[in-house]
Amino acid sequence: MWQELREELHPKGFEVVTVALDTAGPEACVKYVEAASPAHPSLIDEAHVLDELLGVVNVPNGVWVDEDGMIVRPAEPAFPGRNPVMESFASIDPATLPPDVADMITEVKKIRTDPDAYKTALVDWVTRGAASPYALSPDEVVARSQPRSMDQARAAAHFELGQHLHRAGDHDAAVGHWREAHRLHPHNWTYKRQAWNFEDPVRQGRTDAYDGCWIDDVKSIGAENYYPAVTF
Amino acid sequence: MILTDPQAVNVAALATRTGWVIKPEGACRGEVCVPLPGGGLRGDGAVDVESLAGRLGMPVVADEAHGLWALGPDTAISGRALTTASLPDIVLPDVRTGEPFAISSLRGQKVLVLAWASW
Repeated sequence: MWQELREELHPKGFEVVTVALDTAGPEACVKYVEAASPAHPSLIDEAHVLDELLGVVNVPNGVWVDEDGMIVRPAEPAFPGRNPVMESFASIDPATLPPDVADMITEVKKIRTDPDAYKTALVDWVTRGAASPYALSPDEVVARSQPRSMDQARAAAHFELGQHLHRAGDHDAAVGHWREAHRLHPHNWTYKRQAWNFEDPVRQGRTDAYDGCWIDDVKSIGAENYYPAVTF
Repeated sequence: MILTDPQAVNVAALATRTGWVIKPEGACRGEVCVPLPGGGLRGDGAVDVESLAGRLGMPVVADEAHGLWALGPDTAISGRALTTASLPDIVLPDVRTGEPFAISSLRGQKVLVLAWASW
């Protein structure tokens, strides 16, 4: 999905590194990488360490890093000039679908993204560097990164214990830690969607394992708030 | 960071996973250094997890049934996910080859780190 923009900007000294937040391991995501066969590095983060280290709470999220290794924009919703997922839903008429799927599509269509503004900002930064108004000062970068309370830090620790136990084959023990992570950090969608997806792939519907599910939790915050508006 | 023994946490492993480096001046990440009592180390050279966690506001969550602990991220420096704009050293496996890749190896270019998922 980022290939085209990466090819356009690579000659200007720009690189993309994609990181798949996938506790299910490379087998869950490698087929997408192989299909796109990108020239840029494609990494996997089974423990969702990017949540902890960079403040990622949903995907897709992008972080801009300059030539000296300084972050100039912290984690925020990132789209490469188009949003293929939303485009694929645009032509679907929910009335033709089973009620539960229609309910999901109706909510997905309310999610707001601004791919054009993101691409404009990214191209400006790649072209103009520190002179770009989209490149933020170090203080602004820290201030705009996600809040981190003790509850949210505890959620990160529980999520990691859960993924460690899951990878060791003890999924039931993982569920207990992931439930606690969801309770402590209800706005972290990577912790939730990762966990729900093991019980009910794709749809992430209601299950006995968790109190929440995609449709209920999205409705509770309002789908239009699923991706916070990016302030450029 | 998963700890199988909170009394035996290695300084290098701490730096790799959390970005916090134990130096004579304290626990440092980017330009931020927080002094630690006793230099942050136990007599045997292992990280003094209790004093580190206390000063940086890191939770230590125990799963006693499985003999595991997790050291969560710091909360006491900025109260934000980032304590500094300096990118921590992030090393993760390549999806296709499993080979470790350091994002810092791209210094000299502008980089977009893009988090996505299959789910």
